[in-house]
Amino acid sequence: MNFALRTAAAVLLLGAASPALADIKIGATVSETGPASSLGDPEAKTLRMLVEEINAAGGVLGEKIELVAYDDAGDPNKARTFATRLIEDDEVVAIIGGSTTGTTMSIMQVVADAEIPFISLAGAIEIVDPVQQWTFKTPHTDRMACAKIFENMKAAGVTKIGMISGSDGFGASMHKQCLQIIGDYGIEVLIDETYGPNDADMTPQLTNIRGKEGVQAILNAGFGQGPAIVTRNYGQLGIKTPLYQSHGVASKAFIELAGPASNGVKLPGTAILVANLLKQDDPQYAVVSAYKKAYEEKTGSPASTFGGYAHDALRLLVDSIGRAGKAEPAAIRDAIEQTKGFVGVTGVVNMSATDHLGLDLTAFRMLEIKDGDWALAQ
Amino acid sequence: MTELLQYVLSGLTVGAVYALVALGFTIIYNASNVVNFAQGEFVMLGGMITFFAWQAGLPLPLAAALAILAAAAVGVALNKLAVERARGAPVVSLIIITIGASIFLRGGAQLVFDKQLHRFPAFSGDEPLVIGGATILPQGLWVVAGAATVFALLYLFFTRTLTGKAILATANNRVAARLVGINTDYMMTLSFALSAAIGALAGVLMTPITLTSYDLGVAYALKGFAAAMLGGMGVPAGALVGGLMLGLIEAITAGYVSSVYKDAVAFIVILAVLFAMPQGLFGRKSTDRV
Repeated sequence: MNFALRTAAAVLLLGAASPALADIKIGATVSETGPASSLGDPEAKTLRMLVEEINAAGGVLGEKIELVAYDDAGDPNKARTFATRLIEDDEVVAIIGGSTTGTTMSIMQVVADAEIPFISLAGAIEIVDPVQQWTFKTPHTDRMACAKIFENMKAAGVTKIGMISGSDGFGASMHKQCLQIIGDYGIEVLIDETYGPNDADMTPQLTNIRGKEGVQAILNAGFGQGPAIVTRNYGQLGIKTPLYQSHGVASKAFIELAGPASNGVKLPGTAILVANLLKQDDPQYAVVSAYKKAYEEKTGSPASTFGGYAHDALRLLVDSIGRAGKAEPAAIRDAIEQTKGFVGVTGVVNMSATDHLGLDLTAFRMLEIKDGDWALAQ
Repeated sequence: MTELLQYVLSGLTVGAVYALVALGFTIIYNASNVVNFAQGEFVMLGGMITFFAWQAGLPLPLAAALAILAAAAVGVALNKLAVERARGAPVVSLIIITIGASIFLRGGAQLVFDKQLHRFPAFSGDEPLVIGGATILPQGLWVVAGAATVFALLYLFFTRTLTGKAILATANNRVAARLVGINTDYMMTLSFALSAAIGALAGVLMTPITLTSYDLGVAYALKGFAAAMLGGMGVPAGALVGGLMLGLIEAITAGYVSSVYKDAVAFIVILAVLFAMPQGLFGRKSTDRV
């Protein structure tokens, strides 16, 4: 009896205490440390910075936002635990996170059971294809990068290419995605080479591509040091066939690492890389420059594509809460799905019941490296 | 024909990198029979410290010298703080200590430096040399020359100098070595310092080709270890030949068979060699007196 009374009192106390904590709670689990920290670190910094910014501007629905953020260190098991904790203990209304495809996959199952909306920050197309009721994502997919590249090749009259791909997760996934759609553009892969993620020299593979009759362009699907070494070797061998790189190396560091051989290399990249090249009337101009400026002032490091994914996820979520009119998971989910014309750092988002990504190919800009800097390619 | 030459030049460049890393294993192994799995981290430290010192404004040769000294100091610290404390522990425990040290050094480098890829300029420019239609970077020749020099010095050290022989004696029988007046603790410390310095030199020479980052050590330590096993652990000539063979097998497989299988083919060759000659190509037959 005594126990029951005490429990009842505790429940009452808790009940009485909660209205004081009326902030809207948003959960996050990103890979701030560990192997994917180059993704998770800018994502976490972006989320914290934007929550401050949004609260300073009055929050949403008259409430402040409270961000509950965990670091899953890129470990899918930890991501699952944190997603469960966010839902059961922290009682968040929505979750942002999953810096990698692996962590995203384990969070997806948890949110589907608990019926909490989730916006992923990972690249794989499997996250939104087939569409999962509670899962959305902001990054463009590898398949879109392939499509952008093939579009550009087709316009240049290229029909036969040589491919060289990293054998790591990124390279293998992009290689697969590219081969699935390449037929739609009337392009054919004449020679298909690979290299290991830590290889120091790719001249044998490039020699074979060079020796293959009829190759009109070379496509390198890869991430990390591989593409930089491929580009250097491409220069070393004096190959004249145009070289395309993927969005995996769309950063200033790539140009430095690859050296002068990178001049003329083409690759798809996001607007944030070329923020200073965007025209004033570009639909993304205002969003991209505002985010870039705020992030660089706050952290002192250059804004990255990955931080942009987190930016879009949080802004999209807050925008949807505002449109839903109440901070309830089901209402928020419906509002996210109805998003139309939302302008983010990565692109313009138009969600629907059959598209939980909502980006089209305009999210990518075709870039060309000229004199050691980015230029918009035509 | 040009293709074959290109594959060979590529194999030589990569093989010399493996050989340089493999040579670093030699001294510590000869002093203690310990395979030092932190050897790759010395390679990483060589490249990373050189890059950051060079970026801070030091001339490249000075930055490289600083990196080699710093890595040697880390090697001494590893021996004094971890390996020497475990004196008397079986060799397997010591090897596990070096694995722990490798994880620690990698984590430390991630915090002290950063997680980005880096590169500093090649010593003699990036203009490739053309030999019979095939090309090699001048830096590749630096790596080959570095591997040859380190090999020659190690060979002379172990066969012609008293210190080199004292190191061999320490590994052979520590008690007996002490009885004849060898300071075995000093020999251990010296072997860690020298191994670390060779590792760092490898890192300095290869970074313009391979690039460097805090986590580069593991991959190269593995390849270097494989090369050392192929040639015969503890024998400088074995490390040199093993490294070059591994590089050539990889390049020729990538060229003529398939780039997908190049690592597999290399490891199959290593397995085949070790089945026939368990001591490696140049390994000494170990004979224990009972």
